[in-house]
Amino acid sequence: MFSKILIANRGEIACRVMRTAKRLGIATVAVYSEADADALHVELADESLCIGPAPSTESYLSIEKIVQACRQTGAEAVHPGYGFLSENAEFAKALDEAGIVFIGPPADAMRTMGDKIASKNLAKSAGVSAIPGSTEVIKDTKHAEEIARKIGYPVMLKASAGGGGKGMRLARDESSCREGFERATSEAMSSFGDGRVFIEKFIERPRHIEIQVLADSHGNVVHLGERECSIQRRHQKIIEESPSPFIDEETRSAMGAQAVALAKAVDYRSAGTVEFVVDPERNFYFLEMNTRLQVEHPVTEWVTGLDLVEQMIRIAAGEQISVRQDAVRLKGSAVEARIYAEDPARNFNPSPGRITKYSPADKSDFIRVDSGVFQGAEVSNFYDPMIAKLIAYGETRALAIERLELALDRFIIRGVASNLPFLSAIAANPRYKEGALSTDFIDQEYPEGFDPADVPESKRALIAAVASVVHEAYAERASLISGQMPGFSRKISNAWVVRIGDHATEVNLRFGDSKIEARCANEVLNLESRWRVGDPRFEALVNGDSVCVQLEKRGVRYRLIHGGVDVNCHVLTPRAAEIFRHVPERRDQDTSRYLLSPMPGLLVRLAVSPGDRVAEGQELAVVEAMKMENVLRADQEQTVAALLSKPGDSLATDQPIIEFE
Amino acid sequence: MKEILQKLEEKREAARRGGGERRIKAQHEKGKLAARERLEILLDAESFEEWDMFMEHRCADFGMESQSIPGDGVVIGHGTINGRLVFVFSQDFTVFGGSLSEAHAEKICKVMDQAMRVGAPVIGLNDSGGARIQEGVASLGGYAEVFQRNVLASGVVPQISMIMGPCAGGAVYSPAMTDFIFMVKGSAYMFVTGPEVVRTVTHENVTHEELGGAMTHSSKSGVADGAFENDIEALHSMRELVDFLPASNREPPPERPCEDDPARAESSLDKLIPAEPNQPYDMKEVILNVVDEGDFFELQPDYARNIVTGFARMQGSTVGVVANQPMVLAGCLDISSSIKAARFVRFCDCFNIPIVTFVDVPGFLPGTAQEYGGIIKHGAKLLFAYAEATVPKITVITRKAYGGAYDVMSSKHLRGDVNYAWPSAEIAVMGPKGAVEIIFRQDAGDEEKIAERTEHYREKFANPFVAAARGYIDDVIMPHSTRMRVCRSLAMLKNKELDNPWKKHENMPL
Repeated sequence: MFSKILIANRGEIACRVMRTAKRLGIATVAVYSEADADALHVELADESLCIGPAPSTESYLSIEKIVQACRQTGAEAVHPGYGFLSENAEFAKALDEAGIVFIGPPADAMRTMGDKIASKNLAKSAGVSAIPGSTEVIKDTKHAEEIARKIGYPVMLKASAGGGGKGMRLARDESSCREGFERATSEAMSSFGDGRVFIEKFIERPRHIEIQVLADSHGNVVHLGERECSIQRRHQKIIEESPSPFIDEETRSAMGAQAVALAKAVDYRSAGTVEFVVDPERNFYFLEMNTRLQVEHPVTEWVTGLDLVEQMIRIAAGEQISVRQDAVRLKGSAVEARIYAEDPARNFNPSPGRITKYSPADKSDFIRVDSGVFQGAEVSNFYDPMIAKLIAYGETRALAIERLELALDRFIIRGVASNLPFLSAIAANPRYKEGALSTDFIDQEYPEGFDPADVPESKRALIAAVASVVHEAYAERASLISGQMPGFSRKISNAWVVRIGDHATEVNLRFGDSKIEARCANEVLNLESRWRVGDPRFEALVNGDSVCVQLEKRGVRYRLIHGGVDVNCHVLTPRAAEIFRHVPERRDQDTSRYLLSPMPGLLVRLAVSPGDRVAEGQELAVVEAMKMENVLRADQEQTVAALLSKPGDSLATDQPIIEFE
Repeated sequence: MKEILQKLEEKREAARRGGGERRIKAQHEKGKLAARERLEILLDAESFEEWDMFMEHRCADFGMESQSIPGDGVVIGHGTINGRLVFVFSQDFTVFGGSLSEAHAEKICKVMDQAMRVGAPVIGLNDSGGARIQEGVASLGGYAEVFQRNVLASGVVPQISMIMGPCAGGAVYSPAMTDFIFMVKGSAYMFVTGPEVVRTVTHENVTHEELGGAMTHSSKSGVADGAFENDIEALHSMRELVDFLPASNREPPPERPCEDDPARAESSLDKLIPAEPNQPYDMKEVILNVVDEGDFFELQPDYARNIVTGFARMQGSTVGVVANQPMVLAGCLDISSSIKAARFVRFCDCFNIPIVTFVDVPGFLPGTAQEYGGIIKHGAKLLFAYAEATVPKITVITRKAYGGAYDVMSSKHLRGDVNYAWPSAEIAVMGPKGAVEIIFRQDAGDEEKIAERTEHYREKFANPFVAAARGYIDDVIMPHSTRMRVCRSLAMLKNKELDNPWKKHENMPL
């Protein structure tokens, strides 16, 4: 066994690998970029080394610097985590040459599986079911049409070197096939420098289901069942689970057998994942094999009781897999939600910045949180905005989801926006609970996008009741102030009207010994809570169910966050609410005269000067955020009156950049 | 007897109707509440006691003798906010456009006089077209009577103005002399001369809103302390403000129960100060983490944002917070921020409110605009205000405290009671780079040498220990312990006694 390993990664996965290493008594070395000097993974490691400036090409992606770091610290092996160099065969080779063990598969297996066409060919020869299609490279438009006709529409054109949805085109007929081929080719060329494109059958209502495999150097290969990762937003997985609610034992062993066959065929070693697409008839087709630890590995760990990182380390050290196939059981159900620093109210734009409050749900026997951040940490715009993973376990899927919902409601993140409300909304979605999943779930369920300010009818009474209880508690406390007129203290009634936007809900409260009865319209809620003024979480039993609502006092309003809802409530007495009817809803401040920064970032460039007449669509300014240059364009023809920011300024969200006439 | 009682009710009913249903409807259509509705929102339910509802004007010219409405355009009296006494007047735009007659002014004076006698705040809700022109000089006299009382009451009882409609011409000077001004967006405006006059005299084309709206005064002129979305938000916010204020200069600040642990540690503050001295951070994060429940009532949030002022509570008792804001202009002091903070410090000192100051100040803003604008005298206002204040003063230096600005920001030398510094503090005449360029002018151009000397200077002076060695800093504290240290110091200072020498009044650089 190794005595010291280096983790060539950052964020939650680096922290997670270190936890296992520590448990195994292995010393850990963190590497970090200048932007990560104060990061959590650096703090958790036994020793750490700065390997360069913030851009990952000069730090986390630098093979030379990481090999050097191993030499310097005497690390015997490297765990690459996921992303960065985890699937880089050159890296594995370089380590090998330096006499350092790569905790991952052999370079050859990585290379083969890294190539879409090579991997498909190998899969075919190993007897793995492939999506009907051609594995040959398409020569021209005519060739494309010919193959598409043979497979039958709809078909998908895919870049051979592709990934992340780039270089992919759906074609339902000949003309869109022709066009799609050309676009896919040019996109593949510009994105990957490799214009090769192939065609395969397009699966309607597909599910993304993958098989975890483990292989050691003694010829043992086992599979650990499946994970379903069908909940994806723009090809990015956000909620995963194991087992899949869709897979039966028969399909599971068939998929598992194929995955094991493939791993054997490629001489695999370490943990790997064979991804399949599954159609509504449970036909499954090979997609690709990921030759690394997956982000969503914790769900498999929970249902199998295995620590995959431990298995990877032991395999790399030459040990055997500690479990035989017939001993692998999927017990219960585990669900994982990925938490991103992204703003759902702003089209999921990245939201870098300082995390001013960070309080994950309390860890319990049924909740696991893999965090890469802490209160006071900085979410850098240089790296992936995923900051944590929340994993819930239950004896049944329904129980796991219920616990996930509550844990999401308890998870506090402030300072940066997060996708927590969106995750909550999905966890509460009836179709999700039913398990009727497909990779187009989000497009179908949220065709208009997602706005946390929308309060669904089912949540109105609860939100209004909690806002009233909280407001009344604040009012009671305010009425305990010193210096009152004797005999004329403030009378507080138990009737309230909760305004959210222009929607008003009447609430009547009745206080019992330990319970509060809230009557809202035709609903009656019984609340039992020990909440005190100032607590950021309102924990209660509501009609017997555990509920958590996050609270923030904002001036005379309260911000309430719960179940995918994030709203500001104004609580009024009935008389004030009656008077409020005279107050017209004021139009939002007219911001059409301003160009506002859509996200926090750096103003890189201003393309206009005062007095310029700009056309619709013309470039106005460039804002850099998360290492991405975002071009801001004019949405109408107008004249620039003044420049309110200058290049080099760091911008807050909605900060005005340009004023128009 | 029953009939007589009945008659009273009828007369009251008539007075309550104000300018009549039609005018009240017009008021509502402008997004404004009626004068009595506003008081209902502002005061505790059923606490309002109205005076002079039968008072009428005495004008017999221009047909006024035939029009008389009881109350004469202003509703006055007293009520409570969370059980505490306040005096109020609320101008009624539906009655003669809320214009100020002699009788109207007498009513306002009546509550002000009574407030002074019993020691309670006066809150004025302004919604008036201006002077009652039909009354001529009697109306002007009325304004001056109010002004005189504003001045005498200043520093005796808190005076607060809410601008909820027009407030123009001479009328602006009464709110101007009160302690705080709140304005309602869209319906309130204040100016000495209106857009029409401006157009004739200076040929500027400007709207009411641009010339004197809530946003103008809360972001450009600094006249207003807060701008609110509508009448109800403004009035509810006013209730929150009043909860922070003592009833008079004879009273301590109010207290209320607090669940927040005075020893609460905030580990995230240990990582707040960026590695680079030129990188900003949000000073409000310090404030929100230190005060009770993160509840901070900021004043002038959109004006002179390089300094933050507002009220909070520590262990349930009011404190005034002043803080440099590194996010804006690096937190430097300039004309507007000096005036903003000076006026706030003086208010706190008038009303026995301890002042907690958070310092990260690189100095005064240089430039001709500042010098021609009189930064010397304006900067001196803040210095003066801190130096004369006798309330408990606690200072926490988080990072930079350079040059004269160090002295100004509630330093030990200005009778700061407890002066703390975080380990990241740099208390020096200036930043290391600037200092080396002056001390080692002969090395200019030799970058290596300059870098070496800068490092040396940084090591020697860019820390809190030189100042601590002289006792200018009482202790260097861990950022996470700031709340506990400030709470304990405030508790220690509870019975502080300090007097300035007798004088008629000081002569501060106005």
